[in-house]
Amino acid sequence: MPDTVPATGLLAWSWLLIALPAAGAVVLLIGGRRTDRWGHLLGCATVVASFVLGLAATLQLAGLDSRSVSWNGYTFIKVGHLDVPFGILFDPLSAAFVLLITGVGSLIHIYSIGYMAHDPGRRRFFAYLNLFVAAMLLLVLGSNYVMLYVGWEGVGLASYLLIAFWYTRPAAATAAKKAFIMNRVGDVGLALAIFLMFAQLGTTSYAGVFGGVGTLAGGTVTAMGLLLLLGACGKSGQFPLQAWLPDAMEGPTPVSALIHAATMVTAGVYLIARSAPIYDQTPTARTVVLAVGALTLLIGAIAGCAYDDIKKVLAYSTVSQIGYMFLAVGLGPAGYVAGLAHLFGHGFFKAGLFLGAGSVMHAMNDEVNMRRFGGLWRRLPITFATFGLGYLALIGFPLLTGYWTKDAIVEATFDRGDWLGYALGAAAILGAGLTAFYMTRLMLMTFFGRPRWEEGVHPHEAPPVMTVPMVVLAVGSVTAGFLLVQAFPLDEWMAPVFGRPEEASHVVAPLSIGIALFVVMALGIVAAVLFVGRREVPVTAPARVSPVVRAARNGLYADTVNESVFMRPGQWLTRALVFFDNRGVDGAVNGMAATLGGSSSRLGRTQTGFVRTYALGMLGGAVLVAGALLAVTAG
Amino acid sequence: MTLTYYLVLAAILFTIGAVGVLVRRNAIVVFMCVELMLNSVNLTLVTFARATGTLDGQIMAFFVMVVAAAEVVVGLAIIMSIYRTRRSASVDDANLLKY
Repeated sequence: MPDTVPATGLLAWSWLLIALPAAGAVVLLIGGRRTDRWGHLLGCATVVASFVLGLAATLQLAGLDSRSVSWNGYTFIKVGHLDVPFGILFDPLSAAFVLLITGVGSLIHIYSIGYMAHDPGRRRFFAYLNLFVAAMLLLVLGSNYVMLYVGWEGVGLASYLLIAFWYTRPAAATAAKKAFIMNRVGDVGLALAIFLMFAQLGTTSYAGVFGGVGTLAGGTVTAMGLLLLLGACGKSGQFPLQAWLPDAMEGPTPVSALIHAATMVTAGVYLIARSAPIYDQTPTARTVVLAVGALTLLIGAIAGCAYDDIKKVLAYSTVSQIGYMFLAVGLGPAGYVAGLAHLFGHGFFKAGLFLGAGSVMHAMNDEVNMRRFGGLWRRLPITFATFGLGYLALIGFPLLTGYWTKDAIVEATFDRGDWLGYALGAAAILGAGLTAFYMTRLMLMTFFGRPRWEEGVHPHEAPPVMTVPMVVLAVGSVTAGFLLVQAFPLDEWMAPVFGRPEEASHVVAPLSIGIALFVVMALGIVAAVLFVGRREVPVTAPARVSPVVRAARNGLYADTVNESVFMRPGQWLTRALVFFDNRGVDGAVNGMAATLGGSSSRLGRTQTGFVRTYALGMLGGAVLVAGALLAVTAG
Repeated sequence: MTLTYYLVLAAILFTIGAVGVLVRRNAIVVFMCVELMLNSVNLTLVTFARATGTLDGQIMAFFVMVVAAAEVVVGLAIIMSIYRTRRSASVDDANLLKY
């Protein structure tokens, strides 16, 4: 970490980045129906203003000698030794995220004006979107882990509200709850990691934690790394918490594009990249990150091959691509920049793909089943062109974004040089082939072949307010990789954060990796053309399929596993506890009361009312006392 | 010494009183038996006072007599009241105060 200097000039106003969208959300939520007519315009204006401000701040940051600027607002929490300021850390990492969030966010806000034009809740939609942007900016700009956690929970809330935006649909309400609960599982890990930092180091600020982490015992740092990873897995839809992300597609498509593809789900990658000094101390946790990334990229790719719902295929593709990013940041200094480059490139092309999918749904009366599409390229030329460019960028077509960023990840993986590096690199190459297969399948089923539309569907191209953001994102999809890797190298820009990695000595020549990736991509495309393109696509999914296809259609049984491993035992546990409470705790208390009541009413029977009985009792007692006295004095 | 005779007499009187309280039903007789027990105790107190040559036992005996007199007043009044309402002086008939 370089020396951090206090914010000056425009950077001292960096809190406005968060405040503007937050104010937009407050105005729209409190203003209610009065703001219905101009609410969407305000929602866009705040995010665009944030983008302009973020761009200006980034330019100022680029001109500084010490590219790490802090701004302290006020004391957020001060209890005993815990002192959490409301502080902002503006460094190359957060600056890049700010530009991604506000840039892609602005485009998707503008697109939403058209997409949600006929929805009665459009103003509420923009309020939630603004809330999300504010929380996400807080997440990446906070100067300590508590700020990050506040933003982390904020984006979780916004995600919940937006997945359940059409809350009258039972599927949407259920999906939102599922996302929220699975995120909570991860959040517990993040919270425990922050507790551990405070308990061991007495601080939660990035500077304090990263400065002191070297003095901690190895086991503590590993625990910290694994807990942070749990948090990252929850938010980023990584194994074993990946099942919520495909269901989150119940929300409106712009939400899928912004939150569940481009920005929020990459928060886990940000967390691990930001915590690089912690992971530098613990190779064990880093290896777990690698394993999680490699496993998830294969799970996502395999599941993506089998779904017929266009948004779910894209969602599993997101899971898979974030797996690549985890794989990269798990490699350590060699991979941070590669993973982040893929993250930013992915932000462009996946947002573009989702907006394209939204445009297709818009044209097809909200149909999502790809078996009901087909032949759309003639009717939706702009969508087809932008979607096609995003598709080529995603599968890593030479010289487009995915080619630059994914190649870098695979190269860095092989550069580990040990058997793990080869195994993970092979998994990454296999994943690239699967990516090419499922995306080509999606393209063929959606845009090519014979139309299989429902009766009465008349596809039409979306209005310019929707197509212009798609075109901009398509341009980004084509150029982002080249810009980030070649023209304005991201590793130069990120050097103040991660240091300058020494020139890696390549174990496998980059050229042969590039050729291998190209060959598997071509194989994936050819396989998709043979299996999907050359045949007639049945309107209903074939029921008689192999066990592999059936497993993939069920998301590799992630839900079943979660249900049988966590939900059922949880239910049994609560039932056992209820039984214990009713029979055990209540039984003991009620039993004691009944025993006392019964025995006292039985003892009451001795009160006969006959004076002479009492007299006999008194005499007996007196004799006993006298006998006892005699025994004591005599003995 | 004659001390033993007094104590034996007191013990006999106390036993008669105690047995009388336990076996007789007539309230007046029970009452007299109680008096008998009190006075047997008085006899013991006076005997020990005489034997030790102090006045403590005799003073205690006076206290017992005073209390017994007061008790007779209250007790006889209660017995009279019970007899008037129930036309019976049997202690077993006055057994309403129970569980």
